[in-house]
Amino acid sequence: MNISKPQTLTLTPLMPGSKEESVQTNINFIEKTDHQEMESLPIKIAAVDLSIYYGNFKAIKDISINIPENKITALIGPSGCGKSTLLRSFNRMNDLIQGSRVEGQVILNGMNIYDKDIDEVDIRQRVGMVFQRPNPFPMSIFDNVAYGPRLYGIRKKGVLEEIVERSLRQAAVWEDLKNKLNHSGLALSGGQQQRLCIARSLAIEPSVILMDEPASSLDPIATLKIEELMETLKEDYTIVIVTHNMYQAARVSDFTAFLMIDEDRSGKIVEIGATHQIFTNPRMQQTEDYVTGRFG
Amino acid sequence: MPRQTLDREIHHLQDEVLLLGSMVEQAMLNAIDTLKRRDLDGARQVYNNDEQINEKRYAIENRLMILFATQQPIAHDLRLLAAIMEVITELERMGDYAKGVAKINLLIGEDDTPIPTREISRMGDLAVGMLHRALSAFINEDVSMARRIPQEDDQVDELFNQIYHKNVTAMIANPSIIDQANYVMWIVHNIERMADRVTNICERTIFIATGETLELNASDDEWSFDNDE
Repeated sequence: MNISKPQTLTLTPLMPGSKEESVQTNINFIEKTDHQEMESLPIKIAAVDLSIYYGNFKAIKDISINIPENKITALIGPSGCGKSTLLRSFNRMNDLIQGSRVEGQVILNGMNIYDKDIDEVDIRQRVGMVFQRPNPFPMSIFDNVAYGPRLYGIRKKGVLEEIVERSLRQAAVWEDLKNKLNHSGLALSGGQQQRLCIARSLAIEPSVILMDEPASSLDPIATLKIEELMETLKEDYTIVIVTHNMYQAARVSDFTAFLMIDEDRSGKIVEIGATHQIFTNPRMQQTEDYVTGRFG
Repeated sequence: MPRQTLDREIHHLQDEVLLLGSMVEQAMLNAIDTLKRRDLDGARQVYNNDEQINEKRYAIENRLMILFATQQPIAHDLRLLAAIMEVITELERMGDYAKGVAKINLLIGEDDTPIPTREISRMGDLAVGMLHRALSAFINEDVSMARRIPQEDDQVDELFNQIYHKNVTAMIANPSIIDQANYVMWIVHNIERMADRVTNICERTIFIATGETLELNASDDEWSFDNDE
């Protein structure tokens, strides 16, 4: 929306009770920011003409999206629109679902992660994941965080201790847990458990973190703490988050992609943009209807 | 601590409000200074610089809109951000008053209109001082200061009335100076209105701190000739 004030050229003095003249300005009231802003940034991971099938069902179709590096990108949309499917495609978690099939590409560091010679375990080391419900392993806090590094062959206690401390610090939970590292991870509060799980995913030094509804089972304060943590983590990681809570997407993300179901029941991207643009001045009517709660 | 993003944005916006306020203060002081020195180039600069004030106001407004949409401020945060939306409008309008003073300076041009620069300077200093302290109260949410500042408007009104009566007397004695006298009235009107609008900022300060909406100064009318003696 442009400011549309008339331009006044005459030097009319301000009369008592009169309105001051208006001046033409060139400022856009709400900056029109579209996906070009997103695409001008370094890209960490990208989907290219990506379609994913579960058996005969095409869950998402022809999706192309660039995920900017060191930014938080939110995927929002009504239930069943394919946002979790798209998220899971970024570290081949869909491979674990029987009958799933992929067309198109997901490019990470210049490689298509669906190429035949790519090891999906290696991909999952580079692209970590945090799930909806905190899922600490039934072992100590220390062992939870050290689990991944041990899997990758790290055995030295000193190295593992460093990794555990660094990961817990990055997850902003070190101060809370440093004196009870040998306690069970299951004994923690929901919010702490989720941050422990984030620390566990950080321990294997991924470059991308996928978050699937990471706060949906947490109370409001724990939710806000996770959101602040994401803000800190993006300095070192690229984050993609799926959330049903569009207010959360608005609060935490730099960019937002809105997905919805097409006539043929497949998920597609309706609009991608800077989050402030999506939530103040979306370009598509469907996006406007969704973010204002009039649809979905 | 939760809501660091919102807190950081709020602090940034408060800084921006202070910056906008200082731009407006400087604009009015420069407008009066160039009037005193009959510096038309300087006046033209004040006139043109108002665009920067407008731009700053809209930049803050844009940022506020984004915060409302993305951070869902409530309670004190909501009152503060809503108040900032109001205050930047007041500040932008005060910038228009400074621009108006510069404009009249340009209109007078090389004409030898007698201008009561001493009283006008005094009015300007009072109004700008009120604004400066009102913004300080606004940022610090200092309710008692916010209640006191509007009382100073009486001094501005008194100077306004002095100049008004002097002008009327002069116009009656010599109707050929009506145009020049009118220019002077427009100048002091702009300064007087600036001081009036400071009251609105003080009202918003009380609103942020208490949630209470009140009128601190009933004489805050668009034009107060009718109320004069």
